[in-house]
Amino acid sequence: MVYLTRKIEFSASHVYHNPALSAAENKRIFGKCNNPHGHGHNYTLEVTVAGEPDPVTGMVLDLKDLKELLEREVMQRMDHRHLNIEVPELAGQIPTCENIARVIWNLLDPKITQGKLHRVRLYENSDLFADCYRNGSAGRS
Amino acid sequence: MNNGSVHVELGRRYHFAASHRLHSPQLSEEENCRIYGKCNNPYGHGHNYTVEVRLSGQIDPTTGMISNLADLDEFVNERVIEPFDHRSLNEEVPAFRNVVPTTEILCIEIFRRLQSFPHARLEAVKVVETSNNSFEYTGNNQRTQT
Repeated sequence: MVYLTRKIEFSASHVYHNPALSAAENKRIFGKCNNPHGHGHNYTLEVTVAGEPDPVTGMVLDLKDLKELLEREVMQRMDHRHLNIEVPELAGQIPTCENIARVIWNLLDPKITQGKLHRVRLYENSDLFADCYRNGSAGRS
Repeated sequence: MNNGSVHVELGRRYHFAASHRLHSPQLSEEENCRIYGKCNNPYGHGHNYTVEVRLSGQIDPTTGMISNLADLDEFVNERVIEPFDHRSLNEEVPAFRNVVPTTEILCIEIFRRLQSFPHARLEAVKVVETSNNSFEYTGNNQRTQT
């Protein structure tokens, strides 16, 4: 098995606010991230696909296809967007790293047909990230 | 909230600087010098360590988080960063009094200290000693590295 990883970067704004909680609770739980005017990050996304190299092309999958998929599904949807307002897949969810990574996993997984999606890693900054794997892969549950 | 068919982990990185000396009292001076080289310098030396902590769990639908970061930061700061930062690991951390504080051992010790985090399951601890050397410990978790 070979693991191939492609990295992209996008910039987006968001705000952490749960309307089911009081203003004071929102402030206590989310701190600075609760600023109603929003704030933004430069996100780095790493997408890892696992598979065997094709005997003819030597590729797990065509990187050009993966690049186009990431452009279509992630860049066009999220780059220079407000994640709470402009990304329907995140509607009603707090756009944390965990939730954004899971949305990206669910967008990409059915569309990767050569090899299998192995990991989605989304960095909000160099010290904070979320990983998604397939449930049940290598002891994960 | 059930994460569905996806296993989600939260990763957080912390930084501390500390000195250490690699020296085993079970070995002769020559053997220590041969095995540990420069790291055996009796005056010690130091590194800027990065500790990567990975945790898994359900994403809480109220907060969108596996674990509140403030809780995690407080836990890690109290158990690892405060006792290790700007310290001599050999002389000031009792856990390393009788073992050689290689980064392998350091990684296992940090995992042990963080294992009881109450809000999520500890999956792995990775310690980056320099940009060229890093170590990862997963306890009894079965994992595939990538």
